[in-house]
Amino acid sequence: MTVDQWLQSALGDADRRGLAELRPLLEGLARATASLRAADWNIDLTDEPADPPAEHVR
Amino acid sequence: MSAEPHTLTELSRSLQARSVTAEAVTERCLAQIGAHDRSINAFITVLADEARAQARAADQEIASGRYRGPLHGIPISLKDLFDLRGTPTTAASRVRRSHVAARDSVVAARLRTAGAIFVGKTNLHEFALGTTNEDSAYGPVLHPLDHSRSPGGSSGGSAASVLANMAYASIGSDTGGSIRIPSAACGLVGLKPGIGEIPLDGVVPLSATLDHVGPMCRSVEDASMLHQALAGISNPAPIKARGLRGLRLGIPRPYFFELLDSDVAARFDEACERLRQASVVLEDVVIAHASDVPSIYTHIALPEAAACHAQTLESSPHDYTANVRHRLEMGRYILGEDYVRAMRGRDVVTRDVNAALDGRDGLLLPTLPVPAIKLGAATVSVNGSEEPVRSITLRLTQIFNISGHPAITLPCGTTDEGLPVGAQVVGSRTLELLSVAAALEPLMRST
Repeated sequence: MTVDQWLQSALGDADRRGLAELRPLLEGLARATASLRAADWNIDLTDEPADPPAEHVR
Repeated sequence: MSAEPHTLTELSRSLQARSVTAEAVTERCLAQIGAHDRSINAFITVLADEARAQARAADQEIASGRYRGPLHGIPISLKDLFDLRGTPTTAASRVRRSHVAARDSVVAARLRTAGAIFVGKTNLHEFALGTTNEDSAYGPVLHPLDHSRSPGGSSGGSAASVLANMAYASIGSDTGGSIRIPSAACGLVGLKPGIGEIPLDGVVPLSATLDHVGPMCRSVEDASMLHQALAGISNPAPIKARGLRGLRLGIPRPYFFELLDSDVAARFDEACERLRQASVVLEDVVIAHASDVPSIYTHIALPEAAACHAQTLESSPHDYTANVRHRLEMGRYILGEDYVRAMRGRDVVTRDVNAALDGRDGLLLPTLPVPAIKLGAATVSVNGSEEPVRSITLRLTQIFNISGHPAITLPCGTTDEGLPVGAQVVGSRTLELLSVAAALEPLMRST
């Protein structure tokens, strides 16, 4: 699902639930999601094998 | 209050020497609450009778030689997210208006065992989901130094209670900065320990991945004593400040310094000059994916919070404050695949912070990019740019919730208007961080 598809679906659902106030928040969230998906550390299966996700250690 | 101990550590020595009684000190804190809390609104529940009884018991025990340690007889407050048996844990929400804790949270139990006196439960941003403490079923907390401003949040009541001499310390929670932001705004020391160090049992959750618990107080020594008690160390030892000469600190300028109030930047730069004069080595470093942090944070914090609240959002949505309800509802729309992306981003950011710390004793940066925010503001002007309050207040702190590194804010002077400025020190391990912070502390405070 693209971010645009997600946003349209979320906006429609929020409207159906009577939560029109969520509209600007969801639009802001869509921008954040687009940014997240564009990050260079995301897995791309068409690319070279990705590093395995590190165990979360400090 | 004059000619009396200012820090928890000073008070502890006085109590052990019996030059002051827990009963007298507790009574003074309660008097401060009685005189000033109507205008500050730091407390949701004041435990006056219980605190007096605890104080009398503490004095009897100390007098008979049964000294429990440095927290014995110390009045402290607890953010109203922590269960304290027999009292409500409201989370500043009508959703929990019928709740009464059946048992102490682990944190409260450890403090009780250590002999601390609980003066009350403090006000917070509802369910800890905010940085201004304005959205609360009990009304906003006002900054003790300027009632037109927020003390920061979400642990705003905790910070205000310590600044206004209503308690010698408080225990807060920190999911994106909620200990460090109000501590910086109120001129306090606030410690977010490393992830998982302090148990969260009996604490109302927000985000399982990002939640931390820690002390808000007046000195690094105080923070160390409280941290040890919270961590369950029964014989706490005083922190030893490491030497300043040759201390190496990294300053992550790219991204973190791009939006800074001019007074905040000036106080930070002045502090850095004092450190250089003391032979501390300061080096610019880069945290590679810093600009990805806000989206990573949002896609972890919100769905985890929404999962906690899904049932009550359905059953009693109108018991939430509107802003908090809407943010939680927003979290319910985040797709699982984006949550997983964000968790991968968490690993990447953690490696980036580790790399910045490699070979250094810590990182140093401001805590809050702007002074305490005006109540009611949706945006704040930073160097001519209008920035949303939420994003600007979280900008310098949330990364270390994602990575889990311990971070402490130290007072670093005041703005030209007299509002506190904070500087944040980040480390790899909490004990080492406290040793570094203890060394830096006197130089970070302006002369």
